[in-house]
Amino acid sequence: MSMFQSLMGWVDARFPATKMFEEHMSKYYAPKNFNFWYFFGSLAMLVLVNQLLTGIWLTMMYNPSGEGAFASVELNIMRDVEYGWLIRYLHSTGASAFFAVVYLHMFRGMMYGSYRAPRELVWIFGMLIYLALMAEGFMGYLLPWGQMSYWGAQVIISLFGAIPYVGEALMEWIRGDYLLSGITLNRFFALHVVALPIVILALVVLHIIALHEVGSNNPDGIEIKKLKDENGVPLDGIPFHPYYSVHDIVGVVVFLAVFLTVVFFFPDGGGYLLEKPNFEPANPLKTPDHIAPVWYFTPFYAILRAVPDKLLGVIAMGAAIAILFVLPWLDRSPVKSIRYKGIISKVTLMLFAVNFVILGICGVKQPDLHVEFLPFEMTYRALGQIGTAYYFAYFILMPFWTPIEKCKPVPARVRMGH
Amino acid sequence: MKKLLSALLIMCVPVFAQAAGPAVELTPAPINKDDKVSLQRGAQIFINNCLGCHSAQYMRYERMAMDLDIPADILQKNLLFTSERVGDTMKTAMPTELAKKWFGTVPPDLTLAARVRGSDWVYSYLTGFYPDAKRPWGVNNHVFPDVGMPHVLANMEAQLGEKGFKEAMADLTNYMVYMAEPMRAERERLGVYVLLFLAIFAIPVYFLNREYWKDVH
Repeated sequence: MSMFQSLMGWVDARFPATKMFEEHMSKYYAPKNFNFWYFFGSLAMLVLVNQLLTGIWLTMMYNPSGEGAFASVELNIMRDVEYGWLIRYLHSTGASAFFAVVYLHMFRGMMYGSYRAPRELVWIFGMLIYLALMAEGFMGYLLPWGQMSYWGAQVIISLFGAIPYVGEALMEWIRGDYLLSGITLNRFFALHVVALPIVILALVVLHIIALHEVGSNNPDGIEIKKLKDENGVPLDGIPFHPYYSVHDIVGVVVFLAVFLTVVFFFPDGGGYLLEKPNFEPANPLKTPDHIAPVWYFTPFYAILRAVPDKLLGVIAMGAAIAILFVLPWLDRSPVKSIRYKGIISKVTLMLFAVNFVILGICGVKQPDLHVEFLPFEMTYRALGQIGTAYYFAYFILMPFWTPIEKCKPVPARVRMGH
Repeated sequence: MKKLLSALLIMCVPVFAQAAGPAVELTPAPINKDDKVSLQRGAQIFINNCLGCHSAQYMRYERMAMDLDIPADILQKNLLFTSERVGDTMKTAMPTELAKKWFGTVPPDLTLAARVRGSDWVYSYLTGFYPDAKRPWGVNNHVFPDVGMPHVLANMEAQLGEKGFKEAMADLTNYMVYMAEPMRAERERLGVYVLLFLAIFAIPVYFLNREYWKDVH
């Protein structure tokens, strides 16, 4: 017996190390027909690790106070500390990458019906991760204490003020002050670096435990556990390790090539990843000309602005996220995957993706501006309203068209090479 | 002229309201970010003229000297006016209270100005002063209407002539772009190696994946 084997024997008698590795890696059978869209789950994990590691190092050098925050970022981290700029750019670009990867991961789930029974809890844990991630991104964005940090947070916190009766008091409670101040920065820092990362990590564990309990879905939406060989191994399944571990490394390299190109050559992302006004320290007396949230919040910001009434706007924005939670019960199609769904599902899903991007653009632009890419006159406000209507109609009408549209027959076995 | 100006101003109003674009056409800054001599000239102009009123409090003299190959004795003799130590950040000697009294506002810190506004804006601003008797300093600016700053470099403009002044302003812009992100050169240099490594690393990764997956049908 080799040294390693005897060591593992000693450990296994005391802790289920081999058992866990087998359960989640070497004997976790994943469908063999994963395609491009299945990279984004593991990539989300990669970005999470990047955020945690770079975040720890940023915390060592960051000064969470109204007086010192901006200088600790722009002088100490960006200039004084060796490779501090690299750690900061990895973290700031990583935040955007996290949302990009998560959006693609969610869209994959919507395409192939990965939220359908028995994976409703996988979807709900995932949605909770997304929600925690939005809070994490929002609070982290305040920390550089630039103009956009300050005024962006001001706008979002003021949304709570729309709530009747308790709004004002609630805003004060969140800020810990009569106005957004260093005290707010302090608590956002605590939540950003301790509380929310713990929540996110716990939810990721729940997401994966739930997933490995029911098994992964696949582009055909076929339950591979229905057909097993004499050893109980799904006929269309392959062990996650080594097949998908070596496969995902390819995805990691391609992702890193794109991600690091941005980090090293376009860290500002044309003003979308690091916004220009954020290179000015927060000034409570001077409002920037144009306040826009970072790109990953803009679709929901567009929904907020589409409704003329502030409170109803806030409710619409909340509902836009809340409705995603019940998606598993809105889809009543006899099939899971878009491959076998009818033409209505195919067209509406594609439009949903296009609409989400359009809403994102509407959230960046001033509402009174005319839309440049349309041949007729229309303001971004009107476009945002149409987009909002479509966003909700897509979900609300789903229970009605999904059971009646004509679907294709689902084969018994998964198809390769699509 | 008056009509023209007011027409220009009216044209600017919707643009300001949306603040999506600059008020006037910006002149592209003719700068070469890797031209150390240009950067050195720009540093000299910046320290001799701008630091009188503006700070660059996130930039250290020593860092600038190291990055721009400025020898220590030249730095000490010719560039350290407002500060005693090479490790200090660039802080103006002008007291805030007086600044408010003289200009109505505290001149902004310039360390990151080029990242806030962009290099073209900085260059257009520096070359954008024109006489305007209605303003307290007798000048106004094409890209920053009703600016509080006087045309500090008017003497330099008279001395160097239009062409020479524009070249000097290009050098100054170049320096301000450098100062806003002094690690840019290192970032891009390192980025090339990182991407080269990834390209090489991709080869075994690709074949490893192909080797395992050749049995999966």
